[in-house]
Amino acid sequence: MNAETPVEAIPTADDRKIGPVLMEMKHITLRFGGVKAITDISFDIREGEIRSIIGPNGAGKSSMLNVISGFYVPQEGEVWFRGARRPQMKPYQVARQGIARTFQNIALFDGMSVLDNIMTGRLTLMKTGLAAQSLWWGKAQREETEHREKVEKIIDFLEIQAIRKTPVGRLPYGLKKRVELARALAAEPMLLLLDEPMAGMNVEEKEDMCRFILDVNDEFGTTICLIEHDMGVVMDLSDRVVVMDYGKKIGDGTPDEVRGNQAVIDAYLGVAHD
Amino acid sequence: MPDTVFFALEVMLNGLMAGVMYALVALGFVLIYKASGIFNYAQGVMALFAALTLVGLLDGQVPFSHLINAIFGTDVHHFPSGLRDLFAAGEGASGFTAMLGRILGILIPVLLTAAVMVVLAWAVQKLVFRHLVGQAPIILFMATIGLAYFLEGFGDLMWGSDIKALDVGLPKGINETLERVTNEAFGYGFFIDNLDIVAAIVAAILVVTLTLYSQYSRQGRALRAVADDHQAALSVGISLNYIWVLVWSIAGIVALVAGIMWGSKSGVQFSLSLIALKALPVLMLGGFTSIPGAIVGGLIIGMGEKLFEFFIGPLVGGATENWFAYVLALVFLVFRPQGLFGERIIERV
Ligand SMILES: Nc1ncnc2c1ncn2[C@@H]1O[C@H](COP(=O)(O)OP(=O)(O)O)[C@@H](O)[C@H]1O
Ligand SMILES: [Mg+2]
Repeated sequence: MNAETPVEAIPTADDRKIGPVLMEMKHITLRFGGVKAITDISFDIREGEIRSIIGPNGAGKSSMLNVISGFYVPQEGEVWFRGARRPQMKPYQVARQGIARTFQNIALFDGMSVLDNIMTGRLTLMKTGLAAQSLWWGKAQREETEHREKVEKIIDFLEIQAIRKTPVGRLPYGLKKRVELARALAAEPMLLLLDEPMAGMNVEEKEDMCRFILDVNDEFGTTICLIEHDMGVVMDLSDRVVVMDYGKKIGDGTPDEVRGNQAVIDAYLGVAHD
Repeated sequence: MPDTVFFALEVMLNGLMAGVMYALVALGFVLIYKASGIFNYAQGVMALFAALTLVGLLDGQVPFSHLINAIFGTDVHHFPSGLRDLFAAGEGASGFTAMLGRILGILIPVLLTAAVMVVLAWAVQKLVFRHLVGQAPIILFMATIGLAYFLEGFGDLMWGSDIKALDVGLPKGINETLERVTNEAFGYGFFIDNLDIVAAIVAAILVVTLTLYSQYSRQGRALRAVADDHQAALSVGISLNYIWVLVWSIAGIVALVAGIMWGSKSGVQFSLSLIALKALPVLMLGGFTSIPGAIVGGLIIGMGEKLFEFFIGPLVGGATENWFAYVLALVFLVFRPQGLFGERIIERV
């Protein structure tokens, strides 16, 4: 990143991957009736980083992710994306801008196969409309094949070949989470939002998921905003961490900085060790 | 075999054909219900409205003529030529030209009517259901009842309330080939109406097309996604509004097909909207979310009510067709509430 870095110098991991600000939340406040879920929070997400949001239950983490993905509309504050203020958008418009997400409570298409579920992730990338599809069947077929190839790569990457044709409704919880990640990845997003991707998993599944998240970030350079409960996981994965408590931001920085922050220790770690 | 058996068979076949009609209306219900959870009471009226519009275009009726005449003191009712005649070839045209003219004279009004149904779908979504997102199902249902009566009145105002004949050149009358063949084979000639046979074929084509569309097209995939989970659909970039306009449009076009078939058979009249009510027991049987269910349910109801009338009707004083379907649905509700094809609802306790 540094212009004066000599060409032959080996850049550090951080120099290599962290880019300019991709998304910036400015003074976001979100209320549900009398309940303030988010109070005047600002932070940014930079290109290529893994940015985590942590905090105790009910801190407002999911709400923040919902604001980013357009599911919730904040009463106050601005969302900036790629250097421009984002007007109020519907969730599907946000998705079309290259922001994919998973849900804390898994939202999959239970009636469809794993493959079909992941294919829906590519809807935003499909060009041929219905009229064209019926007029130029060949072209549409070619496009479908290309999308299928990409999806197969993701299936290989996440090691779910064995369940490609299984209806999602029949899968165990851990695999559902993985399929949801696959669907989000299929959109080839610029920004990937993961809401507790490891919640409710056993140790082995967690390790797999951690590896996938790191690989996605490394190999595809995808920017990731991650909500996670497990402190150990967060500290290992993240480049920077936002800490929330009762809807307020109480810490922001690298894992080491956050770990040393007294407010964080009191509020979050204290609660976590109860 | 005794003639009674053949006669019963014939009754059954005719019942099947009537069932195709119910199935067509039920199909429209299922499409909208699956995608949006709205039980569209207006589906039958949509069929009526489509048929009225088609007749109006074919015959060159001036829309809203009553209203226009009342306001301006004029006396307009028809344009100099309906679309059917507009395309008709003049005297002495060659066979091909005449044929082409006849086809265009039907095809263009049909396509225009389909376009009207798409506009209607858009308007319904924009003016009504857009504002009711997230409301309880009963509220959405009430809205469709309002829509049904509005559309009935609107159709009346636009095209007049008199019974109209609809002729799009479909074959009518008893199929003589079938009668002759069965007569030679069994010594009993089956009477089946040509129009019923056409209706069955059209319905089959429609179902196959819809199935292929929903399985293999991009929109079809989006449609299934919305039917499954709204949140997830939004997160992959699907506009719910767009999909809802799409399903209402498809349901409108299915209504047009039903309207053409029913109208050709019994004339376009307001009783057409009542077949919507027969679609209800069909859905109870087939399940609200299953396209094959709508078809099979329609056929069972159509066949069942004709057979019941044939065998039991005379014992109980007839007119069983008025209630048989509903009672059958009630029995089904008790023993298999999810319908034949619906997904089983298992409540976690
Ligand atoms: N859709 C909603 N309606 C009402 N209150 C909500 C809604 N979503 C979240 N909240 C409230 O906002 C607060 C923060 O919730 P949430 O963002 O889910 O926290 P976290 O993800 O950190 O556990 C909670 O008090 C929750 O009850
Ligand atoms: Mg949460």
